[in-house]
Formats: sequence, structure tokens, C-alpha cells
Amino acid sequence: MIRVAIVAARIDPASLLAEVTSAGTGATTLFLGTVRDVNEGRPVTGIEYSAYTEMAHEELERIAQEAHARWDGVRIAVEHRVGVLTLQEVSVAIAVAHARRAPALDAQRYVIEQLKQRVPIWKCEHYLDGDRQWVDPSAHNVMALPDV
Amino acid sequence: MTQLQVLLFATYADAFGASAVTVTVPDAATVEDVLAALRVLPGGATLPARPVVAIDRRYSRGGSVAVRAGQEIALIPPVAGG
Repeated sequence: MIRVAIVAARIDPASLLAEVTSAGTGATTLFLGTVRDVNEGRPVTGIEYSAYTEMAHEELERIAQEAHARWDGVRIAVEHRVGVLTLQEVSVAIAVAHARRAPALDAQRYVIEQLKQRVPIWKCEHYLDGDRQWVDPSAHNVMALPDV
Repeated sequence: MTQLQVLLFATYADAFGASAVTVTVPDAATVEDVLAALRVLPGGATLPARPVVAIDRRYSRGGSVAVRAGQEIALIPPVAGG
């Protein structure tokens, strides 16, 4: 069982847990990514996530299929949110269930690590001082925006 | 010559001031031809040496890959999901 989605509405982690859990699963994991208040030492007020929605959905589906092929029997539900999120809101939720804990934990780690490397989603941080910047994890820093 | 639309996101959309631009490339064009056409547009000078390109919503490997009209071509800035 696999379900992935790019969503604009608030994520309900409990619904993802309910989706992946079944009579045959003995281990269920839940990963939540949430908006934190400081990045690179700057106070953050919120993050605007944007996506190449169609490709993000397809790439997420490919990642989940890869995990499914590698860890037979895993049940996976993933939602990634787009739009403006405030502090502590959930940006991504990954629920994975399996008969045993090792495949569930390993598959979940695979999905989040691949998501961060491959899924075309971007975040623009809004700072307390009114500035905003696109985050570039590949450079371990942020790129300044042109004045608009 | 062929006209191709290129989708832009995040920093690239900001740099070009648009979420999509149209470029004119030779027939039998490659990804490298598309990038060359983009670099001469306003904002195009800010593109990195080898930006990531997706064709029909899959990552493309290398500048020599052929592109044709009707394909969905997109430039993918460094991703930051999660």
C-alpha cells in the first residue's frame, strides 16, 4: 500500500497512521517535519513551501515504490505540504508500517532522505526582520534574493 | 527553429521574473541549446554552470539529451523539501 500527496491543507498525522496500520502490521513509524524557529542563527517567523507539484508527486511516488521494492510488505503514506506555514506546523509526514520494526524504520529513513535530495520542493524562509530567503541545502547556506 | 517553453521555480523564477519562459532553439536541439538560449535572457546570467533540468517530470542526465516541442521542460533549483 502506497499513497503520496502534495497538499495545501493542514496535515493530519493520525489519518496517515490509520491508513498504513492493518491487522498484519506490528510496527508503525511516523516521521514529522515541522517548522522551527531559528535557521542559521536567524529568527524565522514562517516558511513558504512551493513545489513543481506534478513532478513532486511523481518523484515522491517513485521513491515510495523504490522503498516498497526494497522492503517487501511496507505500507507507506506520505504527505508534503505547500503554502505558508507558521512555526511548529507540520511540513511533511511519513507513516510506514510493516510486520516487523526494522523494515519500517529503514524504509522510513529511505523515504525522508530521498525526498530531501530529489523531490522538487523549495522553501522560502521569512525572518523576523521582514527579509526572506530561499533555502539552499546543497550549499549549506541560503541564497540572497534580488530586490523586488 | 523550434519554440520551447521552460518552467521555472523558486530562485530561478525570481531571477527571470516569470514562472515560465519561451526560448527559440535549433531543430534537433539539446538541453545545452535550451540552457544557452536561457542564459541570454534577462536574469539568465545568474544560472549556475550546470543547472538541473527535468524533462517530462523526470530528471535529465547531461546537456546532450535531446529535447523537442511538446515536452515539459523545467529547470530545477536546489531542492529543499522536508
